[in-house]
Amino acid sequence: MLKDQDRIFKNLYNDNGADIESSKKRGDWTNTKEICEKGREWIINEIKISELRGRGGAGFPTGLKWSFAPKEVGLRPHYLVVNADESEPGTCKDRDILRFEPHKLIEGCFITSYAVNAHICYIYIRGEYFNEGKKLQTAIDEAYEKNLIGKNASGTEWDLDIYIHYGAGAYICGEETALLESLEGKKGQPRLKPPFPALIGLYGCPTIINNVETIAVVPTILRKSGKWFASLGKPKNTGTKIFCISGNVNKPCNVEEEMGISLKELIETHAGGVVGGWENLKAIIPGGSSMPLLPKKICDTIKMDFDSLVAEKSGLGTAGIIVINKDQDIIKCMARIARFYKHESCGQCTPCREGSGWMWRMLERMTKGEASKDEVDMLMDVTKQIEGHTICAFGEGSSWPVQGLLRHFKKEVEKRNNFSPLIMKEKKIPYLIDQHLLNKKDA
Amino acid sequence: MSLRKISKEQPESFEFNSKNLSYAEKIIKKYPEGKQQSAVMALLYLTQKQNGNWIPLAAMKYLGKFLKMPYIKVYEVATFYSMYNLAPVGKHFIQVCTTTPCMIKGAYKIVEACKEKISENENELLKDNDCSWVEVECLGACVNAPMMQINDDYYEDLNKEKTLKNLDEILDGKTPKPGSYKGRLNTEPEDNRKTLIDIKNA
Repeated sequence: MLKDQDRIFKNLYNDNGADIESSKKRGDWTNTKEICEKGREWIINEIKISELRGRGGAGFPTGLKWSFAPKEVGLRPHYLVVNADESEPGTCKDRDILRFEPHKLIEGCFITSYAVNAHICYIYIRGEYFNEGKKLQTAIDEAYEKNLIGKNASGTEWDLDIYIHYGAGAYICGEETALLESLEGKKGQPRLKPPFPALIGLYGCPTIINNVETIAVVPTILRKSGKWFASLGKPKNTGTKIFCISGNVNKPCNVEEEMGISLKELIETHAGGVVGGWENLKAIIPGGSSMPLLPKKICDTIKMDFDSLVAEKSGLGTAGIIVINKDQDIIKCMARIARFYKHESCGQCTPCREGSGWMWRMLERMTKGEASKDEVDMLMDVTKQIEGHTICAFGEGSSWPVQGLLRHFKKEVEKRNNFSPLIMKEKKIPYLIDQHLLNKKDA
Repeated sequence: MSLRKISKEQPESFEFNSKNLSYAEKIIKKYPEGKQQSAVMALLYLTQKQNGNWIPLAAMKYLGKFLKMPYIKVYEVATFYSMYNLAPVGKHFIQVCTTTPCMIKGAYKIVEACKEKISENENELLKDNDCSWVEVECLGACVNAPMMQINDDYYEDLNKEKTLKNLDEILDGKTPKPGSYKGRLNTEPEDNRKTLIDIKNA
């Protein structure tokens, strides 16, 4: 288990207040000026040494991302955008940072803005987190009052303004280019990449976009050194991470742990074990709903970091762990996730807009055992038609959970849906299997 | 994609009151000059607050003029995002999360409670427009599942009895206390704290 002194978010459960005085006692804002005086190159290099990977889901190396921003400010200003549009089912880590550790985030915003030459930082918070946004605004006001941000912020002669922008309930706005569209006051539909936002982003200007957790760990890394951060976890999967453990566990919780901790230890130590014991475990979804599920056999030994999970054809994503035990109907659980994606598709690309609905309707029928046996393979085919054929990663996000279900629980699905299509039996038309559209009696 | 229904009964006109007007000017200043369109989301939300929790078409036309952008662009934004109500909802607007992590923990029991106390169907207004409920997608409090949101506040770690009691209080005109209903501190593991204990006891 990670030692308390190595934990970055010491106020994760709000034991001693989120205001500026308590935050300073925890070490925030202590030597911000000295850190900035070491220079932009040093900051970016230290983050590269720490091997910090983005905490929003994709796990892109943060130092590398920052180095994509133009070194000199040209005609166009630079922007920093913080992605707090946390909507992935199973994930609720950013919420705790926003309400209990806002000064870590604000200080991170300042240092990052300094490193990437930005004078304006927007924090995009999902609309439902209205109270969390209010708390963050209070903290921003406190920081302005103490001149930690604003004109000549923290005495560094660097000006920085931080603004909050609320979303309004669209999951897709967590995708970085959709978020930019939304910030510009349009529908949140992702843009084609390239050009990448680091060169052409918000209002066509160079923009760096990072997740809340990524930005919030930056000040601590710079204070304790990149080497310290890299010494935790495993090579290329360094540092600590907030895990959200929900679903069928005895004590669901958020907890900060070292990367590469074993899943079993995480669940047994912190979350009080699976309801009904470890043997009652059916499957887990390791990183928010868009990552493929893992059956118990893999869960016994799996380590929670980016590369170990990719090796099992899943991913760490946002580290929102959803535990499903044997009392649940796994097909129904995945059908509900498919419904989520059907609801949240932005409608821009046809494979995703139509396919997400198909997957949901097919899975709903499979839950009830109303699908014929060749539909199981057809469902797999549909997921393959969506994956990789869309502008953004939503296509993968919606099809991977279904693929995960079919990869590990195909037998269960087939057992429940095991009849030949009526139309094939009576009319001998093998290709027409859309029988649910017909009246079964007349088939 | 989700289907959005626009109310058949629409008011003739809409204008910001003086308080919101000055607030709106302040919001526009957050964005660079000439990029006032960025403020449309915040202003739609402000409109919704002023107009009893829903946005009429007249308000979209008003905002179009206010922000110097075409009406259709405002309409696009208002219909795209699910938090903008395009038809009247209750004064107490109850949103129950039923996505998988909540569903596993019994979110449909909460839906049952809403059906018993408020209305059989979603988006049906109870007497005097007091209350309405709707099923929504993940609200981002999965560790505290099952949960519901009433206006801006989160009610967490619920079960059917507690929900029924909460709804009774709301119908009586009271506001129940938001937060966890298990008595735990935010997202900590209930009675199972293994971390940051020194800080807790300090």
